[in-house]
Amino acid sequence: MRNSAFFAALAGVAILVFGAAKLIDNAYVFFAGYVVLQYIVLSTGWNILGGYTGYVNFGTAAFFAMGAYSTVALHKLVPGLPLPVMMAFGGCVSGLIGLGTGYLTLRLRGTFFGIATLALSVVVQTLITNWSFVGGSRGAYVVRPDTTAFFAIDYIEYLFLLMLGLSVIAVGVARAIEKSKLGYGFATIRDDELAAEASGVPTLRLKLLATALSGGFMGMAGAPLPYYVTYLDPASGFSLSYAVNTIAMPLIGGTSSWLGPVIGAVLLGTLQQVATVTISSALSLLIVGVMLVGFVILAPKGIIGWFAPKRGKGA
Amino acid sequence: MSEAILTVSGLGKRFGGFVALADVELEVRKGERLGLIGPNGSGKSTFVNCLCGTLRNDAGSVRFNGRVLDGLKAHERTRLGIARSFQLPRPFTTLTLAENLRIPLLYVVQTRGGTGDIDKRCLTLLDMVGLAGKAHQLPTDLTQIEMRKLELARAMAAEPSLLIADEAMAGLSHQEIDDILALLMRLNEQQGVTIIMIEHIMRAVMHFSQRLVVLVAGRKIADGLPADIVRQDDVVAAYLGS
Repeated sequence: MRNSAFFAALAGVAILVFGAAKLIDNAYVFFAGYVVLQYIVLSTGWNILGGYTGYVNFGTAAFFAMGAYSTVALHKLVPGLPLPVMMAFGGCVSGLIGLGTGYLTLRLRGTFFGIATLALSVVVQTLITNWSFVGGSRGAYVVRPDTTAFFAIDYIEYLFLLMLGLSVIAVGVARAIEKSKLGYGFATIRDDELAAEASGVPTLRLKLLATALSGGFMGMAGAPLPYYVTYLDPASGFSLSYAVNTIAMPLIGGTSSWLGPVIGAVLLGTLQQVATVTISSALSLLIVGVMLVGFVILAPKGIIGWFAPKRGKGA
Repeated sequence: MSEAILTVSGLGKRFGGFVALADVELEVRKGERLGLIGPNGSGKSTFVNCLCGTLRNDAGSVRFNGRVLDGLKAHERTRLGIARSFQLPRPFTTLTLAENLRIPLLYVVQTRGGTGDIDKRCLTLLDMVGLAGKAHQLPTDLTQIEMRKLELARAMAAEPSLLIADEAMAGLSHQEIDDILALLMRLNEQQGVTIIMIEHIMRAVMHFSQRLVVLVAGRKIADGLPADIVRQDDVVAAYLGS
């Protein structure tokens, strides 16, 4: 399917999802759905770096929270700025952080890169905690309007719609990359960087592009957060559960294609939301742990690994 | 005599206190078939890595087609026309054989402005090394020999003017060596590709090379006609002990 056709199909699915959520006619559906959508964007963004190029990023929280804190800062500096503009700005900030991180750490491979990104998360959290303009350790309040200026819909529905749109963009971009020259380049980096260079692939440039894109999507996913939670403090913004969930979702769904993170995010995200309501919110990380163990045993290549054509067997 | 395609002057490389290469001089002419031999640890692979940009040389310089390569990254040198095969095959393991060859076609040939049907070109190349039947399999299913052939095919896919074959024949049978030799000969004679062959198998090197260069302990100790070189006392001593 061509990219434009795929985007159209994705948009169609998004309209159906919004319609279904409207039909249920319960504000909580939008609250819960927003989180699931946010994780689709996060895990799709993570997978561009982690799945396609094989660099495992434990610093999701840093990129995500920087997006959120950009909004807090913008909210104070330029009141009344439309949220999509703030999302674009948050994406740029996190994308630049991704670029910088990439430049500093991409000489590290495997576990060492993972540790560096985890450290990044701690460093950025410390900076934010000590920056009183965005609330410091006290946290910041952002008053959520009741309604939007243009469509006059409920604000939570507006947030849900924005995140839905962002999901469409993220998934569409991820798929477009997968089938492109860039996607092949990313795959060679995952497989063997020396051989990639010898085959003419500019590995450093491609890795920087992957970190920037990945960070950018995470930042955009974080930008509406202050309006969603209305109170943001460093401990919740930089919560480790973002990093853990964002790694677990592509792993459960499958990292080799755009569909994997989507399946993982919908499955795990929904399960966590249901468990939060029916059992307890503390249960969500336990669910992640149990599912990860289960999937490592049952589906080492993720859910899409069960359905992928068995390549390389037979003549 | 045709002009030089590769000029190496005063090339040096150290790893800490260990001198891997010292003051290596080499000139390779366009269309030449050069054999590079030397005992294990003599610096052959380090030399290749310095030529291809995988390692940075500490001293000296490398010129290729009149361009100074020092400071250029490996992928830039590949785009200029130097291709290599690795001593231990390094296929892209999650990509099929056809996709493996697609990479240099996309990233080297296309960036040079080359056009043409990439899928067809992949199959032609695979057919050349006898792997066309496995085009859609993963490299993990290949035997060692097939992996070496894939390695060569991928290097050739970049349409190089200089091909460096780093021990492409180690561990192969007599017949398989002849196959690969014939392949390299064809490449050299029909397409005019200059080839540097690094090899331990003397039968192959003697048959293939027009000129032989010997590296021992990071220094070039001999350079000349193969038949003369193998009779030289210091070369014999380096291989067999004096």
